[in-house]
Amino acid sequence: MLSRTADNLYWLSRYVERAEYLARILDATQRLSALPLAYVGTSNEWESAVATAGCAAAFFKVYDEANEENVTDFLAFSTANSSSIRSCFESARHNARAVRTALTVEMWDAINGTWLELQRYGNGPTSREEFSRFLRWVQESSLRYDGSAYRTMLRNDAYWFSRLGVYIERADNTARILDVKYHLLLPENERVGGPLDYFQWAAILRSVSALTAYHWVYRDSLKPWLVADLLILRDEMPRSLASCYEAIVRNLDAIAGAYGRQGPAQRQARGIRTRLENSRMDGIFQRGLHEFIGEFITENNRLGAHITEQFLI
Amino acid sequence: MAAAFDEMKGQDGGVRPAYGELARWLGEVPPDVLDYRRREAELIFRRIGITFAVYGEADAQERLIPFDVIPRIMAASEWRLLEKGLTQRVKALNAFIKDIYGAREILRAGVVPDDLIFRNPAFRPEMSGQPVPHDLYVHVAGIDIVRVDADTFYVLEDNARTPSGVSYMLENREIMMRLFPELFSRHRIAPVENYPDELLATLTSVAPVSASREPNVVLLTPGVFNSAYYEHSFLADKLGVELVEGRDLFVKDEIVYMRTTQGPKRVDVIYRRIDDDFLDPLTFRPDSVLGVPGLMAAYQAGNVTLANAVGTGIADDKAVYSFMPAIVKFYLGEEPLLKNVPTWRCREEEHLAYVLDHLHELVVKEVHGSGGYGMLIGPAASKVAIEQFRAKLKTAPKNFIAQPTLALSTCPTCVEAGVAPRHVDLRPFVLTGRDRVRIVPGGLTRVALKEGSLVVNSSQGGGTKDTWVLDG
Repeated sequence: MLSRTADNLYWLSRYVERAEYLARILDATQRLSALPLAYVGTSNEWESAVATAGCAAAFFKVYDEANEENVTDFLAFSTANSSSIRSCFESARHNARAVRTALTVEMWDAINGTWLELQRYGNGPTSREEFSRFLRWVQESSLRYDGSAYRTMLRNDAYWFSRLGVYIERADNTARILDVKYHLLLPENERVGGPLDYFQWAAILRSVSALTAYHWVYRDSLKPWLVADLLILRDEMPRSLASCYEAIVRNLDAIAGAYGRQGPAQRQARGIRTRLENSRMDGIFQRGLHEFIGEFITENNRLGAHITEQFLI
Repeated sequence: MAAAFDEMKGQDGGVRPAYGELARWLGEVPPDVLDYRRREAELIFRRIGITFAVYGEADAQERLIPFDVIPRIMAASEWRLLEKGLTQRVKALNAFIKDIYGAREILRAGVVPDDLIFRNPAFRPEMSGQPVPHDLYVHVAGIDIVRVDADTFYVLEDNARTPSGVSYMLENREIMMRLFPELFSRHRIAPVENYPDELLATLTSVAPVSASREPNVVLLTPGVFNSAYYEHSFLADKLGVELVEGRDLFVKDEIVYMRTTQGPKRVDVIYRRIDDDFLDPLTFRPDSVLGVPGLMAAYQAGNVTLANAVGTGIADDKAVYSFMPAIVKFYLGEEPLLKNVPTWRCREEEHLAYVLDHLHELVVKEVHGSGGYGMLIGPAASKVAIEQFRAKLKTAPKNFIAQPTLALSTCPTCVEAGVAPRHVDLRPFVLTGRDRVRIVPGGLTRVALKEGSLVVNSSQGGGTKDTWVLDG
C-alpha cells in the first residue's frame, strides 16, 4: 500500500485514541474536583490533568491558572491546542478524507458522523451536565470508530497499521498517567485505605477505564502497587503496557509476514515486550518506578520513529 | 427566444411516451412525500460526504450540490442516436489531436487556422512529434449535450481535459434506487453501475507496450483541497486502484514509481485529475507542488501512459470547437451526427460586427473559459452589464465567441412551489480504449434550479438529476 495511506491510517487511529483518553482524564478530574477537600487534599487536579495530557508547557503559554474553565477549554475545545479533543477529531477527519479509499463505509461514517456532530458543540457546552454528556459522546465515538475498524476492515496491512496507531498511542497514554501520578503509587507512600489517596487511585483507574477490572483481577481493596501492576504488567488488562505491546508485536509480525521482511521496528517492539515480560513489580519499584516509566516513554517514542522510517515515508 | 421544449410534456402538452409512468406517478405522489424524500437524499449525501468546494467562497469549504429527486428520462431510440454521435465525435477528437501534434495535415489543408492552435495557451509544444501509447489522447471525455426539441441535440462543449461529475452520475442512481424502489420497478432502466469497470478496462488497455501484463493503474489527485476530491477518492475506490498525490510518486531513470510500505512500485498508467500545468514542475509551472518532477521525461520516453494525454486542452478551446463539424468531416469523411451550436468567432471581423450588434440576444463566452465563469447571457443581462461586456469584447475580441441563446429543454423538477419545469443539459462520459469506445447509457444531468435560468453549472447554483435511459 501507499506509504502515505499507511501513515494516515496510523495517525487517524492515534487521534481517535487520544481524544478518548482526554475525555477520560477530564471525566476523572471532574469527579475528583467535585469531592470535598477533606477527601482529596489541596492538590490542583486541573493542573495535574494538563500534565497527564502531556501539554502543560503549551497550556501555560496561554493561561496563567489551571482551573476548571481554562483546562476544559484547552483540553476539549481549543483550536489553539493541536491535541485538544476538537483538534484530534478535526485531524482524524482530515486524515480520513485523505484515505477514504482505505476506510470501510462504516469507519468513514463513524469519523464523518463524529465530525458533523462536533460542529454542534460549537465553542463548548454551557453546563456541567452538558459537558458530561459531551465526554460520554467522545468515548462513544471512539468506541464506534474502533469497533467499525475491528469489525469491518480486511485483515491486511491497512488494518495492521491502523491497529499499531491505536496501541502505540494507548501505551503512551497509560505511561503518561503513570508518569504524572507515580508518586501516589510508590509502596513507601503506603497508607492503605487512607482517604486522600484512595480517590486518587480510583481516578487513575478511571482514566484508563480499569476501576471495575481492578476488582475482578485482584479481589482486593485499592492498593497502589497493585494499581501499578495492573497498568504495567497485567496481560489481561487491555490498557496495560504489557497488553499494548503484545498487540504491537502481533501486528508488526503480521506486517513482516506479509512483506517477507523484518526490520528495526519489529526488533525494537520485541525488545520492549521482552523487557516487560521479564519485569516484576518489586524489581521495578526497587530500580525506581519513575525511571522505569520515563524510559518506557522514550522507547515507545523510538518505536514510533522506527515505524515511520521503515514504512510511512 | 422560443418557448423551451419540455421533455415530459413535449410541444403539444401531451405526455411523451418515455415519461408516461413518471407522469402518472407524479400525479399520485403527495407533495410532502416528495419533499420528505428530497430531504432524506440530502441527509444521505451529507453523510457519505459527497461535497464539493466552490472556489472563492470562504464560508463554504464543503457544500452539497443540490440533488433533484425527479429523474430525467430518455427513450432507447434517443440514446442510440446520441451514442452514435458521441462515438463519432471522440474518434474525430482523437484524430484531430494526434494530427495537431503530428503531421498537421488539417492545418496544411487550411481547414483550421494555424494561429488558433499555436497561439493557444493549451497547446503544448513539448508534445509535438511525440508519440503517445496507442495514438490515443482523449481517453475520457465528458461531452456536454443540450437539447432544443424532440429531434435536435447540440454539443455544447467537448471537455477533453479532465472532465468531472461521473461520481454524481453513479451516486445519484444509488440514492434513487434507495429512495424510490417502487418507481424503479415500474421502469426498465439501463444500468450505469458498470462505469468503473469500463473505465478500468479502458485504462489498462492503453498501458505502454513495455508494461507488465497486469499494468499498475493509479489515479492522480491534486489532494483533499481540490473541489473534485470526493470524486477522485470515490473513483479510485470503485476502480480498486491507488489514489495518489504528486508526493506519492517519483521518477527514476525515466520510470515512474509510487512510494509504498514495501518500497517503490512501478506505475504504468496514470489517470490524472490534475491539469497539464501542474503535472511536472520541471516542464511546466515550476511553482507547482502538486506534480511529479521528471514525469514528462518518463512520459516522453514512453514508459508511462497519461490519461488524458498532455495537450488535449486545444480541443476545449471554444474557437476550435466552432470548427468541429469540419474536423469530423476532415478525418472521418462523415457528416457530423451531433450538431454544433452555431458560433460566431469574434476574432473574425464580420463575426465581431454581428455580435456587437446583437449582444442583447447572444451568449458570449471566453474561448478558454469553463465552469460558467465570465460569460454574458444577453437576454438576461442588464443594459449596464451589456455595455461593460461590450467594452471588454472590443479590447480583446480574440478571447471571445458568441452563440445564440438556446432554448434548453426543460424537465419536471422539485421547486419551492411544487413541481415545475427547469432547464437541463447532459454530460455523458465517453471512454476510448485501445480496443473500442465505451459509453454507459446516460450521464450526468445538470439542472438550473432558478426559474428561467439557463446556467446549470454547480458553481453557479445548478443541481443534478438521475438520468434514465429506458431499455428497449
